[in-house]
Amino acid sequence: MNKGFRIALVALVTMLVLSAAVVSAQDEVTINWWHIATETTQAGYWQGLADAYMAENPNVNIEITILENAAFKERLNTVMQANDPPDLFQSWGGAVLWNFADNGLVRNIAPELEGEWKDSFSTQAALNLFGQNGEYYGVPYTWGAVGMFYNKALFTEAGLDPENPPQTWAEFIDAVQTLKDAGITPIALGEGEKWPGHFWWVYLALRLGGEEAFLNAYTRTGSFADEPFVQAGEYLQQLIDLQPFQEGFLATTHPESQGVFGNSEAAMMLMGQWVPDAQAQYSATGEGIGDENLGFFNFPGIEEGAGAPDDVMGGGDGFAIGINAPDETVDFLRFLTTEENQRAGAAIFIVPVVNDTEDVFADDPVMQSILEARNNAPYFQLYYDQFLPPAVGSAVVDAVELMFNGAATAEEAAQAIEDVAAFELD
Amino acid sequence: MSALRFRVLPSPYEQATIDHRRRKRNKSLMIALFTLPGMTIFILFVIVPIIQSAYFSLYDWNGFGPPTDYVALGNYDRLLNHSIFQTAVANSFIIMSLSLLVQLPLAMSLALMVGRGHLRGKKLFRTILFVPYVFSEVITAIIWRSVLSPDPGALLNTVLAAVVPNFQPIGWLADRNTVVMVLFAVLTWKYFGFHMILYMAGLQGIPADLEDAARVDGATGAEVLRFITLPLLGSTIRLTIFLSVLGSFQQFVLAWVLTNQGGPANASQLIATYLYKYGIQQTKLGYGSAVAVVFFLITLAFSLGYQRLVMRQDTATGRQ
Repeated sequence: MNKGFRIALVALVTMLVLSAAVVSAQDEVTINWWHIATETTQAGYWQGLADAYMAENPNVNIEITILENAAFKERLNTVMQANDPPDLFQSWGGAVLWNFADNGLVRNIAPELEGEWKDSFSTQAALNLFGQNGEYYGVPYTWGAVGMFYNKALFTEAGLDPENPPQTWAEFIDAVQTLKDAGITPIALGEGEKWPGHFWWVYLALRLGGEEAFLNAYTRTGSFADEPFVQAGEYLQQLIDLQPFQEGFLATTHPESQGVFGNSEAAMMLMGQWVPDAQAQYSATGEGIGDENLGFFNFPGIEEGAGAPDDVMGGGDGFAIGINAPDETVDFLRFLTTEENQRAGAAIFIVPVVNDTEDVFADDPVMQSILEARNNAPYFQLYYDQFLPPAVGSAVVDAVELMFNGAATAEEAAQAIEDVAAFELD
Repeated sequence: MSALRFRVLPSPYEQATIDHRRRKRNKSLMIALFTLPGMTIFILFVIVPIIQSAYFSLYDWNGFGPPTDYVALGNYDRLLNHSIFQTAVANSFIIMSLSLLVQLPLAMSLALMVGRGHLRGKKLFRTILFVPYVFSEVITAIIWRSVLSPDPGALLNTVLAAVVPNFQPIGWLADRNTVVMVLFAVLTWKYFGFHMILYMAGLQGIPADLEDAARVDGATGAEVLRFITLPLLGSTIRLTIFLSVLGSFQQFVLAWVLTNQGGPANASQLIATYLYKYGIQQTKLGYGSAVAVVFFLITLAFSLGYQRLVMRQDTATGRQ
């Protein structure tokens, strides 16, 4: 081969490659995807799915932005206020998402969702939080439950039966007292971040007033100063008076409280489905209390209350689609929630939301109980701070925190919440 | 034009006035030209946002789309009746007063020690004392969070346990009654170095002969300080008071991180943290704007009043 021919050949090949690129560039689309999985294996899971989808659909380019939870919420608000939503983004459903929808910032995917895809969800209650009035703006990808996690070894040490945890509030209070008498801190609580403590009040309100009391207060046919909400505070006061929390719990952050539980320094913790991972991650050894010691039971029932003992409070995560997203985003979201991909995620951090995945936790009794608690709940109460507008959710959290500080009575807490609710919801 | 025009030459006196006027006009034109870029930016990024805030504060608005729900002074009404806002304003004033009463005298005495006295190793102390100011606010807050942690292994509780018999670990940041004082202590640790450096710079401007002369005349050390050093430091002191008051009001980052968003139970909320929590985080931009307007008026009233009444002599000498 002489030199001139070689140069001509290179030039020809280059031209061919370039023109091919130009042709395919014509229908190339980019999906901007914001998620909050900062943990490496979780981020790797999403990256893997994006890579798999891009390999199958070479015209789609997925650009991932990973943000920490709090930073995500703030940045999302900023871009929403600037009318520039990401194509695909983390969402918890509820009032925050509906508010975006009312302002035309998210896309209605009901036409694509209707039918096979919609029917594939095992938790229709969770799916419905991503829509309103027959419209849908996104779908959940994981959905869990808040309940009582406990340390079986510490239960045994205090003389409690680790295989037979308390089922009623009275039994629960007795167990707290027994643990205290044995010199064991009964409950780990990260009240420095405020939201962990309000789980107690919301659960008590759920047991005492049930679905009806909450929906009445929300739709303003009732109020947050009604009897069940005041009673919830009184029950909570009973617990607080026992001083069951670790030293300095008012300033403890949530990760620190996971560490307290993971180091076996407290016997119980009222928290969500992320506890098994988090208590290990934030423990001193990185191992936590070990699978054989970790147990889960439903929040204790209250016989005189209107709520069922298996009503569940909790929530999960999903993705919503921005108003300017390319059509491929909807297809990609469907891909994220296929049975196969949900199963793969269950090994990492996902509590699957689609049918035919009930067996994923066959050898993980704690996750299995969470899944059952979620699926068997007659009424599923989404976290107040997601279901209610931010100002009302924040008022609940603030009022309950005052109670933990001994600075408000049950009536005052309920009234403080009602004052904000009356202004925001009417 | 073909018509003849006659022109009477101006008299020397008239010529002078005309020149004077022209010079004056040129000067004003030049001032206008030079201030134009700065003025444009100032108007665009300071004046316009202030007016916008005042406008938004009349609406119940979450920031999505244009504001439509006009509530007149409703936001101000809610704000002034909100107990947490009252706490926030009170806390800001507490921090401000304590800064003036504790932090500045502390900075002054340290400045006199390491800047004037005959202390050995002055330079070393000077550097050490200035170190906290160099740290970023977030790092300071995180360091102190772990020092003050209720955890029995945390520094402060460990030290106290070693000194005080039967000491029970204290959650310093967990108590609503102590948290503002703890916040103030950390703010002092962080900022006294800054004021100390200003005082030291001021001290260097005072000729040593003056103090020597006073001593020769029989003045005691205290009298020298009282009648010579402090009066001559007057302009520096007035400046540090000004910076300290505004700094206390504007304090946000350190307080936000240290107290975990103004906790426990909003006991340590300051005006700036309140604004962020209830305006930005809860996406209530109308309400937040009302807070901002009140905040702006408080600081504006202070800075204008202080500059006119107290710092007048300093700025006047600067203009000569």
